[in-house]
Amino acid sequence: MKINVGHVAKLANLLLKKEEVEKFGPQLCSVLDYVKKLNEVDTKNIEPTSQITGLENVTREDEAFPSLSQKKVLSNSKSTHNGLFKVKAILDQ
Amino acid sequence: MNLNQLNIKQAQEGLKSKKFSSVELTKACLEQIKKYNPSLNAFITVCEDSVLHEAKKADTLLASQGETLEAKPLFGIPIALKDLYSTNGIKTTAGSKVLENYIPPYDATVVKKLKDDGAVIIGKTNLDAWGHGSSGENSNFGPTKNPWNTGYVPGGSSSGSAAALAADMCLASTGTDTGGSVRLPASFCNVVGLKPTYGLVSRYGIIAMSSSMDSIGHFTKTVEDSALLLNVTAGQDKFDATTFKRQARDYTSLLKKSIKGLKVGILKYLKYEKQELRTVEPYEKAMQLIKNLGAEIIPIDLPHEKYAIATYYIIQPSEVSSNLARYDGIRYGNDRSTFGDEAKRRIMLGTYTLSAGYYDAYYKKAMQVRTLIRQDFEQAFKKVDVFITLVSPTLPWKLGEKVKDPLEMYLSDIFTVTANLVGIPGLAIPAGFINELPVGIQILGPQFSEGLLFQIGNAFEQETNWNKMKPKL
Repeated sequence: MKINVGHVAKLANLLLKKEEVEKFGPQLCSVLDYVKKLNEVDTKNIEPTSQITGLENVTREDEAFPSLSQKKVLSNSKSTHNGLFKVKAILDQ
Repeated sequence: MNLNQLNIKQAQEGLKSKKFSSVELTKACLEQIKKYNPSLNAFITVCEDSVLHEAKKADTLLASQGETLEAKPLFGIPIALKDLYSTNGIKTTAGSKVLENYIPPYDATVVKKLKDDGAVIIGKTNLDAWGHGSSGENSNFGPTKNPWNTGYVPGGSSSGSAAALAADMCLASTGTDTGGSVRLPASFCNVVGLKPTYGLVSRYGIIAMSSSMDSIGHFTKTVEDSALLLNVTAGQDKFDATTFKRQARDYTSLLKKSIKGLKVGILKYLKYEKQELRTVEPYEKAMQLIKNLGAEIIPIDLPHEKYAIATYYIIQPSEVSSNLARYDGIRYGNDRSTFGDEAKRRIMLGTYTLSAGYYDAYYKKAMQVRTLIRQDFEQAFKKVDVFITLVSPTLPWKLGEKVKDPLEMYLSDIFTVTANLVGIPGLAIPAGFINELPVGIQILGPQFSEGLLFQIGNAFEQETNWNKMKPKL
């Protein structure tokens, strides 16, 4: 089992140091090797279970109720501006 | 006996008859925390000022309207919360450096329910960061130690909640169980741990790990207390669409009922590596006792059970990678470089198993095997009322023993993950000791069978009193 740790880390938005890539590689591979035992199981025509409640189309009354204040919502952010979250530019001009 | 050693039921009676006040009860717990938290590291945050304030308020209310107690079984009772439970105005870290300074602006539904019922919140307990782990060692705030022997792990991920309760630092504590995170530490610390039916208790405001399996449970000193606490936490929540609409019930109602004639399934353990099964002797003794109490023991084969861990370690990291994607360090918390090793591993495992080209081979395959495991249990519950199994194949291990081998750590959940895959409840209860380290068994029943689990657990507890054994601190 081989896994491209650098690529997966990039997909997951994680910045890894070189020694982390070396450490995680074999650890992730040993888990992926272990879970391969599922290939022994015949799952042809078996429906996947994505949830176990059996509940469907759950809705609630569309009632208005007070939400958190803007001040509270922003209270944990290190970077705000004029009552908004301030983020870095994601596109070049 | 010191006040902090009482259970909920006893404290309730003492408060009602004015033998002591909630402030005295709370102070006794705080005293115990001061004495032993430095060596056990069970709490990340102790709410000394706010809890005394709340206790004082409870005492004032009790003096003016004593009848409040009848309707509110947790009135004035100090309870500790796993640090995954959002608490308005109280730091909530998830055991991770990412949230080391995060102060939620609202309460989780369960926290609100506990407070509305009069419980006073004594502190936030240590855990494997984000709930990822079986030993407590993945906490970014240092590992919790097992009160029975501080050289050993207390089990995880709700490590601090189990250790705090075993050390009488509170009268009950809360946990989350996604793959065994309540039942395993309960078993390692000799306390009672409940993983309720998925969807019975609201997940709203509790930091999400694996959303299709997260169950909101708790630790208590007795089975009866566990039922009392579930009476408060269970119920539909409009903020969690996976909660069921069901009539409220009293989970203590079956406690006194005999277990005669019940059909109890056991699994054919010996196909697991036998040399590791050091906990088998107390288990066999426990099953003999269950039989003596009039239950019928029926060996059952669950053909796909041996695939449970593999299934779990695909589904769970996949959902983890999705749930932890929200931590961007912009709206709250630190940036993603502050994730610990285990969170990084799980995020990457999940990202890999969900990525283009691998989704069918891993995630979809696991969800299909999950169906087969569910069907095994559906068939089995036609033949038996419950299962009783060990919680863990091993005793608590030494701190550091499994840290370098994540897969070895994952395999500790071998007997617990099935309940999460299937969505059924499990009650872990103390069942004896080997080398002065606790061993627990778990009772697993069909969806919504908590009352039955309490009935069997209580019958066992009354006969054995293992739960009354206390660690020498």
